[in-house]
Amino acid sequence: MAASVLPYQFVSEIFFCGFVLLALSGGIIAVSAKYLLHALLGLVVTLFGVAGLYLYLGSFFISLMQVLIYVGAICVTIVFAIMLTETPEQTKENHKPGLRSFLAAGAGLAALSCAFNFVYLTEWQPALSRTGDFSIIAVGKRLLTEYCLVFEMISLVLLFAIIGSIILARGGRGN
Amino acid sequence: MHMPFCFSGSLHIYLLTAIMLFVMGIFGMIYRRSFIGMLISVELILNGAALNFMAFNKFLAPDPSVGQIITLIIMGIAAAEAAIGLSMAIAVYRSYKTIDAEAVNDLSK
Repeated sequence: MAASVLPYQFVSEIFFCGFVLLALSGGIIAVSAKYLLHALLGLVVTLFGVAGLYLYLGSFFISLMQVLIYVGAICVTIVFAIMLTETPEQTKENHKPGLRSFLAAGAGLAALSCAFNFVYLTEWQPALSRTGDFSIIAVGKRLLTEYCLVFEMISLVLLFAIIGSIILARGGRGN
Repeated sequence: MHMPFCFSGSLHIYLLTAIMLFVMGIFGMIYRRSFIGMLISVELILNGAALNFMAFNKFLAPDPSVGQIITLIIMGIAAAEAAIGLSMAIAVYRSYKTIDAEAVNDLSK
């Protein structure tokens, strides 16, 4: 019985490792690519990897939202911004190996060591009683009862963001 | 028969992935010179945070719907932030003809 389950689990673990690698390699491309468009493609790879991890974390809905909102909306918006702002001779970021790279590497290493310590020194204890209800029905109920204020606030924030970005991109008050 | 390894059932793997995304985002925030490159790094940071929330949601939280709600809200904030940031980049480009963050330093002169 257990032996027949094993191959499926094995394949699932292989896919899991693939998603983790996808997320990490996409992140490396996103921060180090020479062209901004390549960096954006790296971000898309990362987002797909993280969406796959959300599947393993028990939420199909969040995984779909990740692909829909991030890849479908945010990345397309960034593509538009790149096309609107860059002239061909500017597309390359010319990095000299100077103070900036050292500063960035130092800050990254400091954050990495802090967070690494935090993960491994903390005893992670699960909550005493857990409902285990991952369903979208529970999410919807919570969102419209206990987290109603947050739900309204996020719609307000999005509305202001839309109005603000239109005003900013049209050229401000002057013209 | 027992599974020799189980990566997807370990909280630490998720936390380490989230840390790596977060650290890459911080690195990119400082390393990148253009506003849009910084914005891409911010998206990485937000993704690391959201992945952390989802991992705690699966392994530790008393009610697993709360982490999903928080992740949805992070996505909404990220969308708002991207819209504002990109329109600012376009506004800066309009008056400076570049989106290099080091070229936009009129106040420090």
